[in-house]
Amino acid sequence: MINLHINDQTVSVQEGTTVLAAAKKLKINIPTLCNHDDLCVAGNCRVCIVEQKGARTLIASCATPVAEGMEIHTNTLKVRNARKHIVELLLSEHRADCTKCYKNQNCELQSLANDYAFGDHVFLDLVEDKKYNIDRSSPSFVKDDSKCIRCQRCVRTCSQLQYISAISVANKGAHQKISSFHDRPMSQVVCTNCGQCVNRCPTGALVEKTYIDQVWDAIYDPDKHVVVQTAPAVRVALGEDLGYDPGERVTGKMVNALRQLGFNSVLDTDFSADLTIMEEGTELLVRLKKALVDGDKAVSLPMFTSCSPGWIKFVEHKYPEFLPNLSTCKSPQQMFGALAKTFYAKKRNIDPSKIVSVSIMPCTAKKFEADRPEMRSSGFKDVDFVLTTRELAVMIKQAGIDFRNIEEANYDSIMGDSTGAAVIFGATGGVMEAALRTAYEIVTGREVPFGNLNITPVRGMDGIKEATIKIEGCVEAWKFLEGAELKVAIAHGLVNANKIMSMARAGKAPYHFVEIMACPGGCIGGGGQPIPTNLEIRKKRMKAIYSEDEHKVLRKSHENPDVIAIYKEFLDKPNSHKSHELLHTHYVERDNF
Amino acid sequence: MENKVLTKVDLIFEKIDSKEVMAKAFAMSSAEIIQSMLDSGLKGRGGAGFPTGLKWKYTAAEKDTDKYIVCNADEGEPGTFKDREILDRVSNKVHGGMAIAGRAIGSKKGIVYLRGEYRYLLPKLMIELEAFHKMINEIGFDFSIEYRMGSGAYICGEESALFESIEGKRGEPRNKPPYPTVSGVFDKPTSINNVETLVTAMMIIQHGAKNFIQYGTKDSRGSKVFSISGDTPTPGIFELELGMTVQQFVNEFGDGDTKAVQVGGASGFCVPRKKFAETIIGFEGVPTGGSMKLFNSSRSMYNVLHNYLDFFTEESCGQCTPCRVGCQQLLKGIEKVKKGEAKSTYLNELVKLADTMKIAAKCGLGQSVGNAFKSIVGNFKEEIIY
Amino acid sequence: MYQVGNLVKELSDKHGHARESLMPILQAIVLKHNYLTDEAMVEVARELDISAAEVYGTASFYTFLDTQVKGKYVIRVCKTITCSMKGKSDIIHTLEEILKIKVGETTTDKQFSLIETNCIGWCHKAPAILINEMPYTDLTPGKVSEIIKDYMNK
Repeated sequence: MINLHINDQTVSVQEGTTVLAAAKKLKINIPTLCNHDDLCVAGNCRVCIVEQKGARTLIASCATPVAEGMEIHTNTLKVRNARKHIVELLLSEHRADCTKCYKNQNCELQSLANDYAFGDHVFLDLVEDKKYNIDRSSPSFVKDDSKCIRCQRCVRTCSQLQYISAISVANKGAHQKISSFHDRPMSQVVCTNCGQCVNRCPTGALVEKTYIDQVWDAIYDPDKHVVVQTAPAVRVALGEDLGYDPGERVTGKMVNALRQLGFNSVLDTDFSADLTIMEEGTELLVRLKKALVDGDKAVSLPMFTSCSPGWIKFVEHKYPEFLPNLSTCKSPQQMFGALAKTFYAKKRNIDPSKIVSVSIMPCTAKKFEADRPEMRSSGFKDVDFVLTTRELAVMIKQAGIDFRNIEEANYDSIMGDSTGAAVIFGATGGVMEAALRTAYEIVTGREVPFGNLNITPVRGMDGIKEATIKIEGCVEAWKFLEGAELKVAIAHGLVNANKIMSMARAGKAPYHFVEIMACPGGCIGGGGQPIPTNLEIRKKRMKAIYSEDEHKVLRKSHENPDVIAIYKEFLDKPNSHKSHELLHTHYVERDNF
Repeated sequence: MENKVLTKVDLIFEKIDSKEVMAKAFAMSSAEIIQSMLDSGLKGRGGAGFPTGLKWKYTAAEKDTDKYIVCNADEGEPGTFKDREILDRVSNKVHGGMAIAGRAIGSKKGIVYLRGEYRYLLPKLMIELEAFHKMINEIGFDFSIEYRMGSGAYICGEESALFESIEGKRGEPRNKPPYPTVSGVFDKPTSINNVETLVTAMMIIQHGAKNFIQYGTKDSRGSKVFSISGDTPTPGIFELELGMTVQQFVNEFGDGDTKAVQVGGASGFCVPRKKFAETIIGFEGVPTGGSMKLFNSSRSMYNVLHNYLDFFTEESCGQCTPCRVGCQQLLKGIEKVKKGEAKSTYLNELVKLADTMKIAAKCGLGQSVGNAFKSIVGNFKEEIIY
Repeated sequence: MYQVGNLVKELSDKHGHARESLMPILQAIVLKHNYLTDEAMVEVARELDISAAEVYGTASFYTFLDTQVKGKYVIRVCKTITCSMKGKSDIIHTLEEILKIKVGETTTDKQFSLIETNCIGWCHKAPAILINEMPYTDLTPGKVSEIIKDYMNK
């Protein structure tokens, strides 16, 4: 243990602890900007500078390890003057249009300015000299260089958490900037639209592309019937933007609020998540049969899940030879969209051309997914607009809804029913668990051999999880699987996805089925979720997801009455011709830059 | 202040028998070599002035057996061209100094990081290096040197930025600690030394520490190579004793009308005529890596300052706020004052900014911008404003 | 534009596939072609298994690793204070006149590019320039005209 003194108080910490962390232990908050709990230390913004006795310069507390006997002062005149200068310098190269900015009141630069630099600013505006670029090419997010303060959090995120490195630091000196490959539009490079950079950008330099106005227009268009679906991960995080602590389940209030916003029908993506399990589970069993019974060497195993559009784009760019291994199932969002303008329209006797299909997603890549040219199986654009959890919170505030105090409400029927297996899609390992609960029962006629159906080996925040399930006591139709050991793997965060894919490329991925989520933690950590994000927050959201599952009466996808009904009335059976038409898709190879 | 007479010295370019000196070094132990450096009081000749003996001592103490000697040949400080001359004329001594350093710290590998602007020297250096390797092998030195090129980035002269560049990355200075002696190139213990320092070290082995301390002062032992340019009838390379006053220097090298001397390049200090007599050229006064620029009364100090700030604004790596933005503010600031678009009192705010940069910037570049800024604005205020 | 072809493969065979190999490989491509095309950078990225944005980010840091088109002969004129004091502007004017381009531009026949650069270490023989890697010093408008005419006749 190392002993040091901060503001004349003594603290004892482990070797390797930063001065910043040691101060926190003493309940002394040192402001930071480039520092982020999920990322490695940068030490470039210099906001966290403090005075160290005997040192020639001020030190960056986020980047300096403690030393025995160190004497630190965090709020001397020298520190305050320097800090004010630094904040002012940042403001001078930042195009501040706070009253128009999406990050107004949730911007770390704004907070720093409020805390340390209110009053007259001395320095000259540098924005007018620069030819800043605003990149609106991606359907998922906007990159506004004029608001960038070059903390490099986005670069570190894209490199360390997401492996892709679609952006890096380019040039030097006054021309230094965050850039894609040769400054190409973000829609033309290897970016997966995962939005993890958006989650960690302290200012408005990276924000999602918003469709709030378009959705309001649709809602208030008397001619249109607006249907909304809500993803599993939204209901455990929406509260954070509306005054709740992380980890609160606000499902009922969310449904009520959506109804009050004016949506004609409030339905649940969880319904189509259950549907996805039916389709994907069947697809997996068919592949296994082909491989094990028919000896078909061309069968692509392992099979990978396909509900994460950031993950899909990742494969398309980086590992296109594995496209055949992806499940052909669409994501729950897109399955829902296709059904909204066919099955739902029919059932409700509504002209599908008048239906506007909106989804609330914890995700920015879903905006790209909805725009994919093949997502028009209904004959129309299957999902018209995708809103992030954050955008929904804005709409609720705009409508003047007192979210904390409204009553709970239930989803509408037809495509509103769901099971616990569906809601756990929002957490890493959830799709796998849902699939196992159904597949195991189909094959053996028995429930999965885990207490209360909680398949704990596939849960949790480990980057890569593996499990082996022995199949015994099969029913007649599935006898060929008797004694088989089903090997599964789960990965979340593209850096872990890449590890699995490297192994696969080297022929060393001995799995049958792999679930991959592009975002750390799974959808609960998605690019559209409330900001800020860190491991603690994501853990709380994850806990809430499993809590939702436990409180459900039905916990297996094949028990969902809406799902049973839709096969009976419309789709016939999983992987039927109709299912393939509406609920399955294909992928494209993309360039690797 | 010791009263020194301007003395020319012939040490760096002195003709020697390299093989003989190397054999002498090979016969010494690591501890003996390091002690010799400590006794000589040799400080780094690149401008930073860290005691060479200490640097080698720290690196020698590291337990990791995989260590490096890096020769910083990224000479980029405006007005410095002495390393180019040294490499051109006596590369044997540079390589020799590296091998001696390697023996001192316990390293078998040396890397020379040569700035891209000096690429034309490479073919000749490669031939000389081959002969050098042959020579030291015959003596029994287990040491080999490779060359890595820079590609036009002043900041790569900063030690940790240089390591980043060798490692194939942008030349962005690192967080310190850890320091290079603990974790340098490839995260291995590294002693990084300037070209001239290594040659001087070899010459100290040749002539002994006692001989070296005949020259210089208590804080600035020995002699140094200076690169002199600007308004002088005798621009070029000169080897002089350390510790003389700027007045003595100007008496020898000025053109009779010297208004100011920039000691240490763009990141150094501008000494005005009225301070010539009281300013020592050495670590106790104004230190320099060798760059000496003379300005006569025809020169506009505004142009000089503008040129330096333009230089820094371009060459800053850009990662830290005080330097990236501070340089731009200083440059734009003096332009505005000159044009009358800002009050002359705005210069006081810029001086405060320069002070902040000195204590808040991440590396020596940002920390040094204020040197030239404050010394020129402080001594030539009228020229900056009007 | 040039075809990068097998060059990257040859260079990575020579310098290796590690991240530290990036600098020597990019430098070798620039030595041959004077700048880096997008195709070249993508090839290097593929060969070294790093992202293209990383390659671009590293290359764009270094003044001599140009990612914009450059001519066969890149003329870099030093603009730091001593060269500035000793007549750099006249040298620039002369070059602009002969080559019929402005600083920052490349001739239409792609033979010459003209740029300014920072201190190249020849302050005692200012003004000085580099043409590719060769330094030319003690320049006057007349001298530099001769030098360029020699290059034009090559």
